[in-house]
Amino acid sequence: MTAARQTRQVSLRYLRALLRQPAWVGITLTQPLIWLLLFGALFKAVTKIPGFHGGSYIDFLTPGVVVMLAVSSAGWTGMGFIEDMNSGVMDRTLASPVWRGALNLGSVAQAVLTVVIQSTLIVLLGLALGAHYSGGVGGVLVLILVGALLGGAFASLSNGVALRARQRETLIGAVSFVLLPLTFLSSALMQRGLVPGWIRTISNYNPVNWAADAGRSAAMGHTDWGLVASRVGLLVLLLALSARFATAAFTTYQRSL
Amino acid sequence: MIAASDLVKTYPPHVRALDGLSLTVPEGAVFGLLGPNGAGKSTTVRVLTTLSRPDSGTARVAGIDVLAEPVRARHAIGVVGQKHGGDAEATGRENLTLQGELYGITGRDLRRRVQRSLDRFGLADAADRRVKTYSGGMQRRLDVALGLIHEPRVLFLDEPTTGLDPEVRAQMWGEIERLARDEGLTVLLTTHYLEEADRLADEVAIVDRGRVVAAGSPEALKSELRSDMIRVQVSEQERAAAHAALERLDAVHEVEVGAGEVSGRAQNGAAAVPVVLAALARSGVAPTGLTLARPSLDDVYLRYAGRHFEQAAEVRDEVAA
Repeated sequence: MTAARQTRQVSLRYLRALLRQPAWVGITLTQPLIWLLLFGALFKAVTKIPGFHGGSYIDFLTPGVVVMLAVSSAGWTGMGFIEDMNSGVMDRTLASPVWRGALNLGSVAQAVLTVVIQSTLIVLLGLALGAHYSGGVGGVLVLILVGALLGGAFASLSNGVALRARQRETLIGAVSFVLLPLTFLSSALMQRGLVPGWIRTISNYNPVNWAADAGRSAAMGHTDWGLVASRVGLLVLLLALSARFATAAFTTYQRSL
Repeated sequence: MIAASDLVKTYPPHVRALDGLSLTVPEGAVFGLLGPNGAGKSTTVRVLTTLSRPDSGTARVAGIDVLAEPVRARHAIGVVGQKHGGDAEATGRENLTLQGELYGITGRDLRRRVQRSLDRFGLADAADRRVKTYSGGMQRRLDVALGLIHEPRVLFLDEPTTGLDPEVRAQMWGEIERLARDEGLTVLLTTHYLEEADRLADEVAIVDRGRVVAAGSPEALKSELRSDMIRVQVSEQERAAAHAALERLDAVHEVEVGAGEVSGRAQNGAAAVPVVLAALARSGVAPTGLTLARPSLDDVYLRYAGRHFEQAAEVRDEVAA
């Protein structure tokens, strides 16, 4: 009860702060548009590669962009914690008896909500650009769900890294370091059958790939529900583990005080 | 109300922030932890407020072992940190409301407490403005309001007036005095302003290099020194003669020659003054003035830490730089 209540209050705090920054709202809402149009134009030729059978480029790309944006948008969540550490808000909060998990989950909830809004925008834009969601509304909801799960996991990881590193520069480095490799070591932008064998092998362990595979399979028809269920399961597990990591990182942070 | 014993805290690689620090604060007292930057004051506060764990030692606040039962202790204490703890993007009311929620206070009770604390700290008009528009004094008052929303029994103030301009500092002092007097709150404050400790604290502990080197009421510490300062203003020509005359007196020691004056210390200043004047008269010296000063906390600091307060602060600053 208290835990859920505190989580909600903490997430409201972060949400309010973001909504009061018009620049942030503007960027968050236009980013999906730019990504989909840009990657759409850039990767249009992918459908002409012999062996590609993903349907139209926009069908193929829409789920990929949802997943990519989920990681890149949620990856920066830890910046809020670093801001709080520098301003003194973190120490004041930790001197209270609040459940530490609520501090992480509240911030994660704000990140996930952002991801859900951005994913929905991408899906609608894709529709306008002629994407066929043969998986129906249910399939699209699964796509948004895997984006949310992936975003939640990376938001927690980002918070955990922020608490351990305590420095803006380290977090920026870590996020930049993982973002592109994770995207390219997945089926987000390129069909699995067309990438080198070693990338295919690595991608089996890549959460971005789990989300891309499951989301695409669910939303774009010919759904392999076994695949969807197993990938969603893995993402839930990852989310739980990363939330644990972040909550435990408060202890690490306090040890350094 | 607060009892810390033999606290030791080291930071890697080998900074010994606390080196066996002990202190006791009686209920209802305002207790000043006085020392230069880096002496271990903030570390002490972090340990006593459950933010940080010592390597060894024990600490009890409001009868609760803070190391064994940190969550219970957190309910009993309020903390105002060195930095502003308010969320600059949120309004004063939002800050106080979230703070109450963190302590498990909800609903109508919370709304009532928030309004009362806005009124009490003179923030009612600014309640729905974002904190980043607040003046330094308003932010500091909000910090104190945040620390008190759950009505703790003990309040920790870590350098409450550092960086405030003199007028706001004076307001803050009035506020702290009021809290202790009207609400019977036990207050532990850290400061590197001697004046602040002298004005606010019923008892002070002087901290140097992670240890308490002296403790007691400011008055007691000062009179324990038994060393009033006597300054005799003399003309240029008579300075040497005055110096020699004072040097010969048993009641006066640490005789020094300064610009336009000769100074010395005496156990009992009032008794020493006639002796000094008589000695000067015998030597044919006609002083133009004489002042008698009780020892300051700086003198106390000098005595116990072996150097002047300002010097110690400078050394720390150099180390930090």
